[in-house]
Amino acid sequence: MNEPLGTGGLILNEPLLWHKGKKGRTGMSIPESDVPAAAIADDLLGPEVPFPDLSEVDVVRHYTRLSQWNYGVDAGMYPLGSCTMKYNPKTNERQAATPEIASAHPMLADVLCQGTLRMLYELQQHLATITGLDAVSLQPAAGAHGELTGMLIFHAWHRSHGAQRHKILIPDTAHGTNPASAALCGYKAVPVPSDSRGMLDPALVASLMDEDTAGIMVTNPNTLGLFEEHIREIAEIVHAKGGLVYGDGANMNAVLGVIDAKKCGIDVLHLNLHKTFSTPHGGGGPGAGPVCVTAQLEPFLPVPRVIKDGETFRLENDRPQSVGRVHAFHGNFGVLVRAYSYILTMGEAGLKKASQLAVLNANYIKEQLKTVLHLPYDRPCMHECVFSDLWQQPYKISTVDMAKRLIDCGYHPPTIYFPLIVHGAMMIEPTETECKDDIDQFIATVKTIAQEAAEQPELLHQAPQRTKVRRLDEVQAARCPCLIGPVGNGD
Amino acid sequence: MRYLPHTPEEIASMLATVGSTSLEGLFAAVPADCRMTRPWPLPAPKSEWELDDHFRTLAGSMRMDAAAKVLVGAGSYHHHIPETVRNLAGRSEFLTAYTPYQPEMAQGTLQGIFEYQTLTARLLGMDVVNASMYDGASALAEALLMGLRIAKKKKKVLVSQAIHPHYRAVVRAYLQPTAYEVVELDLLANGRTDLGGLAHSGDLADVAAVALQSPNFFGVIEDLEAAGTAIHEAGSLMIACFTEPLAYGLLKNPGLCGADIVCGEGQSFGISRSFGGPGLGMFGCREPFTRNLPGRLVGETKDLEGRRGYVLTLATREQHIRREKATSNICSNQGICAMTAGMYMASLGGTGIRQLARLNYDKTRYLMDILVEAGARIPFESPVFNEFVAEFPRDFGPVRERLLAKNIVAGLELGALYPECTGRYLFCVTETIPKDTLDTIAAEVRA
Repeated sequence: MNEPLGTGGLILNEPLLWHKGKKGRTGMSIPESDVPAAAIADDLLGPEVPFPDLSEVDVVRHYTRLSQWNYGVDAGMYPLGSCTMKYNPKTNERQAATPEIASAHPMLADVLCQGTLRMLYELQQHLATITGLDAVSLQPAAGAHGELTGMLIFHAWHRSHGAQRHKILIPDTAHGTNPASAALCGYKAVPVPSDSRGMLDPALVASLMDEDTAGIMVTNPNTLGLFEEHIREIAEIVHAKGGLVYGDGANMNAVLGVIDAKKCGIDVLHLNLHKTFSTPHGGGGPGAGPVCVTAQLEPFLPVPRVIKDGETFRLENDRPQSVGRVHAFHGNFGVLVRAYSYILTMGEAGLKKASQLAVLNANYIKEQLKTVLHLPYDRPCMHECVFSDLWQQPYKISTVDMAKRLIDCGYHPPTIYFPLIVHGAMMIEPTETECKDDIDQFIATVKTIAQEAAEQPELLHQAPQRTKVRRLDEVQAARCPCLIGPVGNGD
Repeated sequence: MRYLPHTPEEIASMLATVGSTSLEGLFAAVPADCRMTRPWPLPAPKSEWELDDHFRTLAGSMRMDAAAKVLVGAGSYHHHIPETVRNLAGRSEFLTAYTPYQPEMAQGTLQGIFEYQTLTARLLGMDVVNASMYDGASALAEALLMGLRIAKKKKKVLVSQAIHPHYRAVVRAYLQPTAYEVVELDLLANGRTDLGGLAHSGDLADVAAVALQSPNFFGVIEDLEAAGTAIHEAGSLMIACFTEPLAYGLLKNPGLCGADIVCGEGQSFGISRSFGGPGLGMFGCREPFTRNLPGRLVGETKDLEGRRGYVLTLATREQHIRREKATSNICSNQGICAMTAGMYMASLGGTGIRQLARLNYDKTRYLMDILVEAGARIPFESPVFNEFVAEFPRDFGPVRERLLAKNIVAGLELGALYPECTGRYLFCVTETIPKDTLDTIAAEVRA
């Protein structure tokens, strides 16, 4: 147990794709044509596409080597705050690969697709149950896409009430994409600073909320990992002025079975299925960001809606107040299948227990590390805790140095420099799927690093040293962008 | 529960450390009137084998099994997915990683996406390609918004009616709350977009961008070169959209035809149809517009010791740096789907993509020919790639039913999407449809 996680592994080099292969190789089975060749006009015909020609073995070796330069949840702890890097169950992958489901075409008649429609319908029902809200659209393809859909709903709702509004309240503890999502709908973001306890102040919200303000976007638990205790009162203030309340449910993993979004006064809430509901992050996506709403907003949800008539399921497009479509088809269906599979596996008790353990793990880390790292908001946290590098600054060690040293020790670092309201933030979210032994080892590692910061700061400045590449020049990458490789092969 | 590792003893010891007497006590900050009090009517948790059984039941209620011959494309295509691609994309090092914010431990994802960007740029004839968008439809909406950002004061965009109807619906939803106007361009009798008005009409000064899809929704190859000239003469940006990137294995790419922004759906490249998602929004542009691009970008750089490496770059366009000034709210990409498409393009190679595109083209032409022999009419005379529209002298419904009984889905009826096309069917033929299936369809039409 005292053995460090990180070792110097055998890491193989691998060139770029276009420096491999030989003209005439192929990595794919392409059948001989069984029909006559058809004529094609010269003016339509393009030049040959300059892809490298590789064999199947070339392709397999290439991507296997690349994969070995990566670190995933399957390899180890990934305490990336705000990202909920929990274990991604293998059975979910199997279910999504079910041939009839994986090969389902999205535009066939409803009668041909009862299985996939049923799954969509049931997942909607389950998510409504879990959040306490009344209706769900599964179309949004990511959390930020859910936010945009929510803002489209705000906009359509205000329009239906006769007067468009132009501003929206966004706390400084809300997720980073919230202002941009609101801006896409023409709303000007009005920042709401949190108080010294990291909380939203109802009096401040009351002073900012007016009849030109569409509502508020609240991330709860917020990005400090704290529960907004006054959410109900804030919702009442916003509703009294004719506004709506948007709940960013990205941090839902903290509060499954604990909060009822409708009772909190939330009108629209998005979920991140790739966080709370265990679907893999895929190195950046795809995710899924379903939007849950109260009954009064259901008419505004994207179309098509999935409807159950007796024992059959069908799609319905005739919703005149709907915001329209936000995805070409039914959202990231393959991701939805995985979340559905997760919910069926966990059941009510399992989901509720998951949140309890996620919060237990975060508080456990917070208590153990607050002796070595500065904890700006020392209160019971939800599923994540936020430290800063204040105590390491005298040694000229900053958050990034500690993060890079963690890599050498075999961990993915926490989220760093977010939320912006904590200088040098380090946001740790262990999730419920990490066991006590592994968390203890992580805590011991961070404590060692804190000691190294004081005693051997160079070790941190030089980190990481055990990875395939060392610190990369990001300034150069942005100053002289090289975003694609050469035009030809072998160049 | 096998995903929850805590033993009761561990829970007790951890609770003692945090100073709480119970797990419920951890939530003391949540006021009573915000609490979930109702029990959840969820099904009882399923064991792994019960879950398999449940999915077998769901699969069994799908009318078309995996062996069905589905001659429907319309934005979601059935191409063979090599087992290598499936297998490599399923590697958990790629699948269970987050966005590569710590580049030293994500070089696999980063080099893979850099290669995806490069191969896609070569395919589309673009200078820059981003790390991908949600899907083809949202990519088009983002392309139009980008066009409006570049053109600054202009308030209008023109969109061809031959663009996928669902894509146009997404564009309307995205632009509805803005002050921008979306105007649709009519179709010509030959199935191409009518650009005739562009050169002469006086009110084009306000048009930021014109979007066309090629091959368009009816499978028709647009005259992109002529369109590019007309659009540029009108002082607008040209946006070329697509749903079938394989077409550019054979056809002149949009970059060569003058497109300023290219966007579309990359599902064809190794990604299963999966009831329409996840797909892959491919997105590229000419170099001068790089800093207006939405979405993530991977760039090449060097590490401390001068070794080649990759990072996410140009993040100042993104919302986590300047929250209120972000050019887009996109903060993810379809990561594993872009990797998959990269693997697929690498597997095909330059030689392979030409062969495969050619095979799609030839088979489609073959079905058109034998349907015409069987009495069908092809209403649009312009050349097509792997989709085409046909209409039949007699009601095609019963024929389609008979073919359905043979596990063949013969085309998509267009009336619901284009009322003026009621009774017309959109067919798609890929390499996965053998000649005897095509012959069976023609025989049923004749019967």
